[in-house]
Amino acid sequence: MSEDNKDLMLNIDSLYVEYRTDDAIVKALNGMSLQIRHGETHGLVGETGAGKTTTGLAIMKLIPDPPGVVVSGDIQLNYLDVQKATEKQMEHVRGSVVSMIFQDPMTSLNPVMVVEDQIAEVFEQHEKVNHAEAIKRTHEMLELVGIPAERGKEYPHQFSGGMKQRVVIAMALAGSPGLIIADEPTTALDVTIQAQVLKMMKDLKDRLGTAMLMITHDLGIVAEICDKVSVVYAGRVIEHGTLEDIFDRTRHPYTEGLFNSLPNLRDRKAMLKPIKGLMPDPANLPGGCPFHPRCNYVMDICSTERAPRVYRTEEHYVACHLYNADNIQQGGMIQRD
Amino acid sequence: MWKYIGRRILALIPVIVGVTLLVYFIMSLAPGDPVKTILGEQATPEAIESLREEMGLNDPIIVQYVRWFGKLLQGDLGLSYKSKDSVSMEIASRIPTTLKLSFSAMTIAILFAIPLGIIAAVKQNSIIDGASMFLALLGVSIPIFWLGLLLILLFSLRLGLLPSAGAQSWKSFILPGIALGFHSMASIARITRSSMLEVIRQDYTRTARAKGLPYRDVIQKHALRNALIPTVTVVGLQMGALLSGSVLTETVFSLPGIGRYMIQSISGRDIPAVLGCIVVFTLTFSVVNLIVDLLYGFIDPRIRAQYS
Amino acid sequence: MTTQATTVDAAALTKKYKKQSQFSEVWRRLRKNKAAMLGLAIMILLVGLALAAPLIYDYDGDVISQNIKNRLQPPSAAHPFGTDEMGREILARVIWGARTSLSIGFTAVLFALIVGGTLGAISGFYGGIVDNVIMRIMDIFLAVPGTLLAITIAAALGPSTINLIIALSISSVPGFARIVRGSVLTVRDVEYIEAAKAIGASNGRILLQHVIPNSLAPVIVHTTLNVATIILTIAGLSFLGLGISAPTPEWGAMLSSGRTYLRNASYYTMFPGLAIMTTILALNLLGDGLRDALDPRLK
Repeated sequence: MSEDNKDLMLNIDSLYVEYRTDDAIVKALNGMSLQIRHGETHGLVGETGAGKTTTGLAIMKLIPDPPGVVVSGDIQLNYLDVQKATEKQMEHVRGSVVSMIFQDPMTSLNPVMVVEDQIAEVFEQHEKVNHAEAIKRTHEMLELVGIPAERGKEYPHQFSGGMKQRVVIAMALAGSPGLIIADEPTTALDVTIQAQVLKMMKDLKDRLGTAMLMITHDLGIVAEICDKVSVVYAGRVIEHGTLEDIFDRTRHPYTEGLFNSLPNLRDRKAMLKPIKGLMPDPANLPGGCPFHPRCNYVMDICSTERAPRVYRTEEHYVACHLYNADNIQQGGMIQRD
Repeated sequence: MWKYIGRRILALIPVIVGVTLLVYFIMSLAPGDPVKTILGEQATPEAIESLREEMGLNDPIIVQYVRWFGKLLQGDLGLSYKSKDSVSMEIASRIPTTLKLSFSAMTIAILFAIPLGIIAAVKQNSIIDGASMFLALLGVSIPIFWLGLLLILLFSLRLGLLPSAGAQSWKSFILPGIALGFHSMASIARITRSSMLEVIRQDYTRTARAKGLPYRDVIQKHALRNALIPTVTVVGLQMGALLSGSVLTETVFSLPGIGRYMIQSISGRDIPAVLGCIVVFTLTFSVVNLIVDLLYGFIDPRIRAQYS
Repeated sequence: MTTQATTVDAAALTKKYKKQSQFSEVWRRLRKNKAAMLGLAIMILLVGLALAAPLIYDYDGDVISQNIKNRLQPPSAAHPFGTDEMGREILARVIWGARTSLSIGFTAVLFALIVGGTLGAISGFYGGIVDNVIMRIMDIFLAVPGTLLAITIAAALGPSTINLIIALSISSVPGFARIVRGSVLTVRDVEYIEAAKAIGASNGRILLQHVIPNSLAPVIVHTTLNVATIILTIAGLSFLGLGISAPTPEWGAMLSSGRTYLRNASYYTMFPGLAIMTTILALNLLGDGLRDALDPRLK
């Protein structure tokens, strides 16, 4: 593994993050681990509240504190130890090594500043160019995301949602980062616009060779652009593998549940089989495997012990008591396909 | 934009008519006969009656109002019962004092309030935050006139540093400025802090940090201008509070301004003078509110877009 | 994301148990706020003192009767707060002053709340021309800056307790009308009101059962803070000689008389001033705390 680490853009190792308020301690991340190679697109899939956004903010070292506390764990971002990095170092890193596209383009832009100034700040901050040069580069950036340069003088409220997200994407790409964290970048957009924006992101990413962490709950988006997929539940990856591993050789009952919750277009008479129950309250997680109260294959051990990782291939692993080194290969423990 | 300003000024007209009518009506309820105030208690009934007729006091109140308003449009506020001089002139001679007082109070208030509010928000829950907010709480709780008396006691009577009365030099406006401005300072600091806290939590502040901007720049370039919108509202409202407060402050510090003139006129039952003072205060307040509304547009392009 | 999830959960929970636990939830949050509890404690103490004033000091004997032999005595064991220029006990007058300020303050707020609240509710609920007429009239009142309206009315009516209450109430009416109208507007169009309309509930019933209870939070906060404003205005008007007149004990009037003796008897201006400030401070602490407790989002 240690040789592999050399071409890792991001390596998160058993990260624990809590939000501590007067009322409760919310355990957002419980042993989150994630590895992304240079140029790779990595999908982070899970329900709302699974800790996906917290993971993104942790990489940026932007978890609001208070109430957020990184309890333990390690984040290596292109050789930089994020936990030990100073604020000064992080200022250098944010925008130029890693940048983030937030979920809601409506609120992500400063309403009282013209958009070109907001993008130009990235050039001024990271490349120390003067304002005129930064604006020139900004105009190129705007054209790249399909916005006429002259619209740069407008304010965010003059743009549609899709156009705003293009601006946000231009801003994220401006510092040519090695990694882009995209937090549900199309969720707030109309379906037709979603496809456009997604296609544009994919094209740009391929052209610029940037790695991407695509945070989403939409398996369709994952299938569209991801190379690797990690399925998160209650702040921890419960199954990870290549796109093919996850889609065609599904092992974890929760991953199975995610697929069964999707409508089947080929067989419209097939019943939806949603996962029973609700996402557990992260302030009060069930013991053992946190999925056990909702799991159709629950065993006694599930409520007492957290499942260790079982590897099917060097890449594909699952954290579930159903599996051991012998039965992981053939599968068949769950009823998917 | 100009069209908007024009529209706003037009919209001000019914408000001014309404307010003057309201104030005129309220003042007409005042007990006592103005004619007796002018002529004294010993005047003969004939003299009183002829003066009543001459002053138009036998006409219906609405006729009196229309006549008075017509003169107001020409800047004529009538004659003082007491001095027999033009109220407009009396007030005009006192405007500089009240203006200097309000200006020094507002300057003191804004100069301290905005930095205090920002620091308190940025360092939320720190000692600085606690201390500033305690100071602000004190400011909104302490009566202007009592603070004025305390300042006189300390700086004039005990230390002998600053004058306690009169408007001889700029020094005369320091203590009144502090007494009058402290309350506004407190209100502005509180709103600046809370709107700053709100803005710091906004997504666009996070976006700015995600770009790698130093926190200082995020606050100065992104957060501040957004946070100023509610602050400007409060500054406008505080102008109203300053005008009312100037009545008390001028009384405490014996400043020859409009507020003190009003109080003197009230006790002398000099109705045209009282009316004149209130009208001047109210018109000033309306104009300030208009300016505040225009300032919004200057700060926030979304509001500017609605203007055109 | 996780924090969002918990707020969603919390919202769902609050909705579920709204009826039973809204009050206890607010009270629980308020109790945690030390500053608000301090404010509440001071207010309870002040109201207690105001109510118990006749038991502590006799009005005719201690509060208004002159005793020139004892004039302007500095604070001592015999005269805890000293005596005034008429030889009256300042402590007695401060305590009775609480009775004056609080009773006038609460009465004026009650009138303003009833009149302003009704106007605002009608305005917000019916909208259209009714709304327009009421709110334009309120705008005219609001165009007179702050306490100046109270000064104007008090000046025209002349100093007396009733006139003071009228002046204070009228100048507070527009504020209440606005607040109530605003909150009625925000709840008027939500779904459960439409549902109530759909099942044929009458307007009056909707107003009483749904709209008013749901617009209580801002009204409670505004009322608390308005009591503070009104008490400050009472003191200001009396200081100017337009409010409570001698010999009735009132803090602002006491400050006005004490002013003459500022140099040699500064304690005279100290205690009434402290009394005003403590009252306003307590009400502000309580009002801020209530705002946070009733709407945790604003914190």
